[in-house]
Amino acid sequence: MKQTTTRQFEKICEILDRYERKPAKLIPILQAVQAEYRYLPKEALAYVATALGLSPSSVFGVATFYAHFALTPKGKYVVHVCDGTACHVKNSESLLAAIRKKLALKEGKNTTDDLLFTVETVSCLGACGLAPVMVVNEVVHGMMTPAKCDEVLDKILESEATQ
Amino acid sequence: MNTTPDTPKPATMIIDGRELPLEGERNVLEVARKAGIDIPTFCYHSELSVYGACRLCLVEIEGRGVQASCSIVPEPGMQVRTNTKQVRDIRRIALELLLANHDMNCPTCARSATCRLRELSERMGIDEVRYKPVHERQPKDKSSLSLVRDPNKCVLCGDCVRACRELQGVGAIDFAFRGAHSAVLPAFGQNLDTGECVNCGLCASVCPTGALTPRPEMDAVWADLDDPDKVVIAQLAPAVRVGLGEYFGMKPGSITTGQAVAALRAIGFDKVYDTSFTADMTVLEEGEEFLRRFSDGGPLPLFTSCCPAWVKYAEQFHHELLPNLSSCKSPQQMFGAVARKMLPEQMKLEGKELVIVSVMPCTAKKFEAKQDKFIHDGVPEVNHVITTTELGQMLRQCGLQLDTLEPESFDMPLGFKTGAGVLFGVSGGVTEAVLRYAVEKMRGTPLEQVDFKEVRGEAGLREAVITVNGVELRLAIVNGLANVKTVVESIQNGACPYHLVEVMACPGGCVAGAGQPHAPGPEVRRQRARAIYHNDKGLELHKAQENPELARCYREHFGEVGGHAAHDALHTEYQHRRRLHELNLEIIEGQEAEKIPVQVCVGTNCFLNGSQELLRKLTRYVENKNLEDRVHLSATFCMERCGQSPNVRVGDTHLERCTFDAARAALDERLAGIMATVQ
Ligand code: SF4
Ligand code: SF4
Ligand code: FES
Ligand code: FES
Repeated sequence: MKQTTTRQFEKICEILDRYERKPAKLIPILQAVQAEYRYLPKEALAYVATALGLSPSSVFGVATFYAHFALTPKGKYVVHVCDGTACHVKNSESLLAAIRKKLALKEGKNTTDDLLFTVETVSCLGACGLAPVMVVNEVVHGMMTPAKCDEVLDKILESEATQ
Repeated sequence: MNTTPDTPKPATMIIDGRELPLEGERNVLEVARKAGIDIPTFCYHSELSVYGACRLCLVEIEGRGVQASCSIVPEPGMQVRTNTKQVRDIRRIALELLLANHDMNCPTCARSATCRLRELSERMGIDEVRYKPVHERQPKDKSSLSLVRDPNKCVLCGDCVRACRELQGVGAIDFAFRGAHSAVLPAFGQNLDTGECVNCGLCASVCPTGALTPRPEMDAVWADLDDPDKVVIAQLAPAVRVGLGEYFGMKPGSITTGQAVAALRAIGFDKVYDTSFTADMTVLEEGEEFLRRFSDGGPLPLFTSCCPAWVKYAEQFHHELLPNLSSCKSPQQMFGAVARKMLPEQMKLEGKELVIVSVMPCTAKKFEAKQDKFIHDGVPEVNHVITTTELGQMLRQCGLQLDTLEPESFDMPLGFKTGAGVLFGVSGGVTEAVLRYAVEKMRGTPLEQVDFKEVRGEAGLREAVITVNGVELRLAIVNGLANVKTVVESIQNGACPYHLVEVMACPGGCVAGAGQPHAPGPEVRRQRARAIYHNDKGLELHKAQENPELARCYREHFGEVGGHAAHDALHTEYQHRRRLHELNLEIIEGQEAEKIPVQVCVGTNCFLNGSQELLRKLTRYVENKNLEDRVHLSATFCMERCGQSPNVRVGDTHLERCTFDAARAALDERLAGIMATVQ
C-alpha cells in the first residue's frame, strides 16, 4: 500500500507535465489521474486545480459533471449489472438484489467497506443475446441467475482470501 | 422622440405591433424592456454573460419560431411577438418545473418579499404544480458568517456562479453534478466558509430566490436590546441612509438619515451614532499614511482597506500586495475601537455591558466584525452587524413606518461628520475624501474647491490624475473585484502608474452592497450614488480635517493623527490566508508509531515557487533511503506564509523559503534524534 501513494503522486506530476499544465487539458488530465487512483480524491483535484491555476470549484464541477469520473473510491472488482431492455425483461433486477445482498451493501452504498467490490447498473452492454448479463472487470458473464452470481462472487472471494 | 430632423431615421424592429428603434441593444429582450414590455427572465442579468437556460424569456420571431429573447441579437425589420399562446404555455411549463423542485416554504423565506420566482408565478397565474420533485432534500449551509445557502431553493439559473466569477473574479461556487443531482456548490461540496468566498454577497444580490441570503443577526440584537444589564448603541453606515427608504417603498435615492436615527431609538437603542464619524477618521489616518508613503517612496500604490471583501481577496490571492494595503481599520472597526475607548466614561455605564451594533449595507462586514484580531480579551470591537434590510425588517416587526417618523439627530460626539465621511458610501468616495485632505495638506493652503469630479463615475476601473504643486497624483478606482486584475498585472509588470488605488468589491460601491434592499439593475444604484453626493452637498462641512468633534477626539484620546496611540487603536495587520481548508494529499503514510510528519506546502504560491520539485526530490530521498515506514510525507494546501514560499514543516520545525537540502537536513536531524533516544 505504502508504495502506491508515492507512485500516484509521481504520476500526477508526470501527467501535469505531459499536458504542460494547460487548463484546456483539464479533462484528459482528470482521466489520467483517475486511471492512477481508480477515482478522483479531492486532494488530487485540489492539486490539479492549483497546478492549472483554476478555481477548485470549477474543477470539482467538471469532475462531477461526467459520469465517467468517480469521486468516491471504487472497489477492486467493479460489478456491472446490465439493466438494458433485454436484460430488464429477463429480470436483471433479481440479479442486482442478490448481489447486493451477498455483499451486504446497505441502501445508498455501492462499494463494500473493504473496497473489494463496487456494484453498478449500466444500460445495455450490447450483449443482449446473453441476457441477463453481469460484467466483472471487463469479464462478461451471460445468462445469469441469482445463484450463478453468487458463485462468481464466491470464487473471487476465495481467490482473494488465499492471496 | 429625441431625434432631430438631421439625424437619419434609426433602424427599427417590431415588437407586439410597436415599431421600436434599435439603439445598440445586445438582445431582443433589452429592446422590449426599453419599451416597457417586461418579458419575464430568470437567468438573464444585464451585467453578466448570457446563459440562456431558463427559457422564460421566450418570444416568437417571424420566420424563426420560438426563441429565447435574451440570446437573440436584434435585427432591423425583425417581427417579434412576446405573448402568444404557445409562448405562454411553454413559460408556464418552465415555471411549474422550477417550482416542482423548489422548497416552497415562502412565509418563512428571507426572500419572500422580493423573490422573483414567487413574483413570476403570480404574474403567470400558476395555481398548481403538475410535476413531482426530483431533487433530494439537502441540508442548509449556515457555515458562513455572511450568508446562508439553502440548496432546496436553488433553481439552477447560475446567476450567482457568473456573478462570482465574472464580476468578482473569485469563482467560489460552481455547478456540480448533473441531471437530477445538479447543484451549485463550493469546491468539493464543502461549506461556503471553507473556501475562497470573500463574503461580498453579490451572489445573494443576483439570486432570484431565497437560495442565497444574507445571514441574519436580528435575534441576537433583539436579545441584547431586551437585556436590562446592557447598554446598546448603534452605528449607521453612510450607504444605509440612502437605501433604507426603498425597503418602505420610497423611491430609490431617498435620504432618510433622520428617520433612521429616530427608528433606531424607537426600537430601544440607547444611542445612535454615525459611522461617517470614523470614516472621517479614516480619511485622516489613511491620508497621513498616503502622504508619508508618497514622500518616503512607498510602498506604493497604497490600496484602501475599508472593504472587508477586498481585504480577504487580497489576503487569499495577493499576499504580495499586503504591504501596499493601508493599515487602517475599516470605519466600522474604527468605530468599535473609538466607542470602547470613549463611551464607557462618557455614558456612565455603571457596570452595564456596552453592546455595539452596526447597521451596514454589507454582508462582508458581518465576517469582518468576527475576526479574532478585532476581539480583545473576549470583547469584540463590534458585537453584531445587521444589514439595511434587517433594520427595515426589525422596524416592520414593531409596526413602524419610516416615513411617519419625525427625523431626529445623531448622538454626539460620534454622530458628527463631514461630507467626506458620507462619501465612503459610493465608489470613488474614499478617494475623493482622502484627496480633500491630502491635496490641502500638500498645498499648504485651504482647499476652496472640494469636489473632485474626475474620480466619480460608474466604470469598474477608473483612472484620474490630479496635479498638486506640479506633482501628479495618479489614482485608480476599482469596483467589482474582477477589475483588480488589471491593476495587479500592471504592478507585476513593474509598470503600475498609480499612487492610490481604491477598491470596493460591490459594483458601484457600498450603496449597492448585498445588505441593501434588493435592487434590480444599475439605475437604482445611480440614484443612491446621487443621493450620497447630494447629502455631502447639504452638510455644513466637507473636509474630514474640519470635523471639530474629531479634532477633540484626537486631542483627548488619540494624540496625533498617525501617532502612537492612534496606531494602536485604529490600525491593523493582515495575514496570508489559505483558499482551501484541511486537505492533505498523502504521499508516504509511514507505518511506525514514531514516524516523522513532513508536510510540503503546495498552495498556489509555494507551488509557483517550486514546491512540486522539492516534494518529488523528498519523496525519492525517503524511498532511496528506505525510510518509508518512518516518515509521514504529505502535501498540504497553504500554510499561510505565502510570502516565504516554499514552506515545509518537518516535525514541528517550520522551514521558510525551503530548499531540498534544507528539508533533507532537517529530516536527517530528526531521524538521528529518534535513533539516539531509541538506543
Ligand atoms: S459572497 Fe461573493 S465571493 Fe462569496 S460566493 Fe458569493 S459572490 Fe462569490
Ligand atoms: S443559488 Fe440562486 S442564483 Fe445561484 S443558481 Fe441557485 S437560484 Fe440561481
Ligand atoms: S432569461 Fe433568457 S433563457 Fe433565461
Ligand atoms: S501557498 Fe500559502 S504558504 Fe504555501
